[in-house]
Amino acid sequence: PPAHSRSDWIGPPDRHSHLRPVIFYVPPEESALERRLREARQEAQASNQRFWARHNRAFRQEKEEFIYSRLKAKGLEMRDESGQKATLNAEEMADFYKDFLSKNFKKHLQYNRDWYKRNFRITFLMGQVALVRALRWLRWRKKNIEQ
Amino acid sequence: MSAARRCCPPRAFAGLFVWHLRNTGVPQVPCQFVHLDHVANNRLITFKYFNFLKRMYVTQCNKDLSQQAKPKSDSIVSPFHDLQQLDQEKKVVHKISPVSPVHHLGTETSSRNELRELKSAAETEDSVIRVGAESKEDRQWKEMKLRLDDLPGILARLSKIKLTALVVSTTSAGFAMAPVPFELTCFLLASLGTGLASCAANSINQFFEVPFDSNMNRTKNRPLVRGQISPLLAVCFAASCGIPGIALLTLGVNPLTGALGAFNIFLYTCCYTPLKRMSIANTWVGAVVGAIPPMMGWTAATGSLDAGALLLGGILYSWQFPHFNALSWGLREDYSRGGYCMMSVTHPGLCRRVALRHCLALIGLSTVAPVLDITTWTFPIISLPINLYISYLGFRFYRDADRSSSRKLFFCTLWHLPMLLLVMFTCKKSVLEKEDKGDLPGGGHETAMEIRLP
Repeated sequence: PPAHSRSDWIGPPDRHSHLRPVIFYVPPEESALERRLREARQEAQASNQRFWARHNRAFRQEKEEFIYSRLKAKGLEMRDESGQKATLNAEEMADFYKDFLSKNFKKHLQYNRDWYKRNFRITFLMGQVALVRALRWLRWRKKNIEQ
Repeated sequence: MSAARRCCPPRAFAGLFVWHLRNTGVPQVPCQFVHLDHVANNRLITFKYFNFLKRMYVTQCNKDLSQQAKPKSDSIVSPFHDLQQLDQEKKVVHKISPVSPVHHLGTETSSRNELRELKSAAETEDSVIRVGAESKEDRQWKEMKLRLDDLPGILARLSKIKLTALVVSTTSAGFAMAPVPFELTCFLLASLGTGLASCAANSINQFFEVPFDSNMNRTKNRPLVRGQISPLLAVCFAASCGIPGIALLTLGVNPLTGALGAFNIFLYTCCYTPLKRMSIANTWVGAVVGAIPPMMGWTAATGSLDAGALLLGGILYSWQFPHFNALSWGLREDYSRGGYCMMSVTHPGLCRRVALRHCLALIGLSTVAPVLDITTWTFPIISLPINLYISYLGFRFYRDADRSSSRKLFFCTLWHLPMLLLVMFTCKKSVLEKEDKGDLPGGGHETAMEIRLP
């Protein structure tokens, strides 16, 4: 994002977490409330990134292991003669999906609670900041009209 | 697309169907089906259309007003589409030097500008990629500033406007089936109120699900995920749609409809959305969410929850299951990774059993309709072929449990519902007939008042 920009910038999805990173603009005259909002957003972003990057990596890894073990049980190699990566069909993968979901169930519940709390807090702070800015703008306008 | 061909009605019939629907002012879904016949050869477009339809149906489920409770709105992307999109995205990555999320601003503006120019140059050269336009844009850093001319499009996507339209159409089907003389103002108010409530519910749903949406292929291009709109604005939009919508229903139509609308919003946003990640019961809750809009249409017309309303709701409730279960069968990977508790992942046997059970229930419900004096006896007879066909596909899905049978069942549900509703409407027992018989049901308020006045 260019240096002179006065707004936040959002980037392409991260490779691991599929979340889009945001670079927050820090205005020179940032109030305490605005700083709290920005920090809350940064913290949420970092936490989300950590969770999903780790989660997706685990998924990919466990999927590979599962495919490998199943192929080995069937007596096949990871790559066949033409060099193509051997895969299992959807029905065979279903066992893995079910297993993965149940293993991560508690983790997801915890994450959900955290995410909802964070989301509400950030949105509430945004509301407060917007309200303060609106009031400030109204006061400024009143002053201008009086002058 | 043999599957599509087999599932879609023959051209001529489709044409008639479209004409019929246009006449009765019912949803535009059949038009899309005619399209499908034309583009059947082009796989990607076909999938796009199906995705569009699926997306609509799916989101409808999620919406409180959605009449088709399809629990998962997000994961309806067809696997092939995913693969092709993946391939295209990979190509994009090769050609464009990725700009890593930079930790500091300012110092390298010139080089970054150059990179961006290179990227845009590379991007413009890249013509092979179909969804290229979208993925190219995705690779760039975007300013998070709201542009007013983008706003309508953004809000349309936020409120899942296509799904809303389908929900409103099921509401109007409910209204049309009510055994009362047709009142245009009431109809329009009910439709508008339902549409607004639907928009509100969808927006809240998207607000809740940002990180999950970004991890699933079908939903990763939503406005909140892409940062095109702030969460605050999404909530404000939802409030500004939901409150007037419910108020319109309560004051302009009748309090019962308003209450149903508010209840549906609550059910969708506060029950279904969190439940998706906690237990498979979300599918049943979602089915109720989908069943309520036609009931709202009925209560808007008659002012009371008759057996007819319950029957219409029941038909839509039952329809949700084959629709959603068949759809979710192909999305198990995304669900599993995203942490969604869906029957297709955790209880696959139950998933198929339930789908079959409800296909058969549709036959039963169609038979009950004339008993309740809603339609003539021609309705179960005419609808029997399509109900049997969907039950047959449900049975195949139950027995085979593979991708092709699930897709066939899903595509079938897409045309089955509009056709069933249309047949129901054409077989509707006219009000005059009932008057002649001397037993006018619940009916409009004026007639009731007339009877009471001395």
